Amino acid sequence: MRRIRVIPTLLIDSNSGLVKTIKFGKRTYLGDPINAVKIFNEKEVDELLLLDIDATRDGREPNYSVIEDIVSEAFMPIGFGGGIRNVRQMGSLFRSGIEKVVLSSALHTHPGLVAEASARFGSQSIVGCLDVRKKLLGGYEIVNRIGKKATALSPVQMALQLQDHAIGEIIVYSVDRDGTYAGFDMNLLRSIATAVEVPVVACGGARGTKDFIDAVVLGKASAVAAGSLFVYQSETKGVLISYPKLEEMNHIFTAIDQAQP
Amino acid sequence: MLRVLGVPSQITRDPHLLSHADKLILPGVGHFDYGMSKLNQSGLLPILNELVLERRVPVLGICLGAQLLTRGSDEGSEPGLSWIPADTVRFDRSKLGLDLRVPHMGWADTEFRSESPLFSGFNEIPRFYFVHSFHLQCDDSKNELCWATHGYRFAAGIHHRNIMGVQFHPEKSHRFGKIILQNFVGLKGN
Repeated sequence: MRRIRVIPTLLIDSNSGLVKTIKFGKRTYLGDPINAVKIFNEKEVDELLLLDIDATRDGREPNYSVIEDIVSEAFMPIGFGGGIRNVRQMGSLFRSGIEKVVLSSALHTHPGLVAEASARFGSQSIVGCLDVRKKLLGGYEIVNRIGKKATALSPVQMALQLQDHAIGEIIVYSVDRDGTYAGFDMNLLRSIATAVEVPVVACGGARGTKDFIDAVVLGKASAVAAGSLFVYQSETKGVLISYPKLEEMNHIFTAIDQAQP
Repeated sequence: MLRVLGVPSQITRDPHLLSHADKLILPGVGHFDYGMSKLNQSGLLPILNELVLERRVPVLGICLGAQLLTRGSDEGSEPGLSWIPADTVRFDRSKLGLDLRVPHMGWADTEFRSESPLFSGFNEIPRFYFVHSFHLQCDDSKNELCWATHGYRFAAGIHHRNIMGVQFHPEKSHRFGKIILQNFVGLKGN
């Protein structure tokens, strides 16, 4: 049985609070991230994705002490992104127990960083996150957290360039689907996942386990990530940290194995 | 995780401290050559060789740390520690098909030698977190400690006397990894 990673995505703001966004805009404060990580740890989740969504905007370093507090509660791999611009910062993050660093803005502002970081830390610990938005007149563009176009390259061109720079993995984060429960953007996902040979993670829009199966079988993703689905009871209800039970996970894996003989 | 297990441990590059250790863990994330050259520069190789090869202090390599136990890696050109007759080789993409990617990132069910003390106490097939582009390959299957599958079956761990290495990350593998570390700490020396 092939085990697909199912990754809860946690967003952290300037005050080290746990928040959830809709389409990278409207924010809801959810509470203390350490608490959420503790619960995810008890639920034995596959991996966590932790994104400080204000660090770059604030021109701040990653908040190492908060990250260390979070990591000490977690016996699963954690990818961290937000405010990372050089290998020194990455070294500090790895020392505090982070498994992978996630680069987003820096992919565009520091184009040499991925190659430098891969040579130093190995490809497998360097992840690129492409925040992708649909263009009004068709096609897709990569944007930054404040919604500005980040590069002239198309998402596929960017993904290929990252692969050339020895990136370990690419997260395809659909801005339009973020927090909407509309399902993953399958066209976007498939276009990138079939263009590159590195693992691609689907992110943005997940509403249930069926989406996970589709993302792998149809979208050719290697892993799936979700925010709202794992932090809210349902679209209109309150905060509830949840994660598929072992039987549900096995059901997902079996469905994927059967669809891909 | 060791702290949670109540095991006193220290991250060190002090040869004096090392020489008093009951057990050694060689962790590592990164590029093979970078890891080896850091070890070389540390000046610790003579004491490590003495501890591991002569005094037979149990040592556990994790991830890159396990690969460093071999003679060398397809990833680079630096020679490894050569403590176990094995090499570190690139995943053979031609055997993976289109849907399996490299790096292999994720959880995998891991079979192990039933007689291995490192794996005692499991009443189900354990799963561990892997993240690697290269895997271990032994000259002799007797040095293989456990196996996982990513497109094909590969040695997920190697052993030779007091020397052990696992490709996966026990410290990132929930209760499964906890058992491994607990077993390692409980091993008798020499």
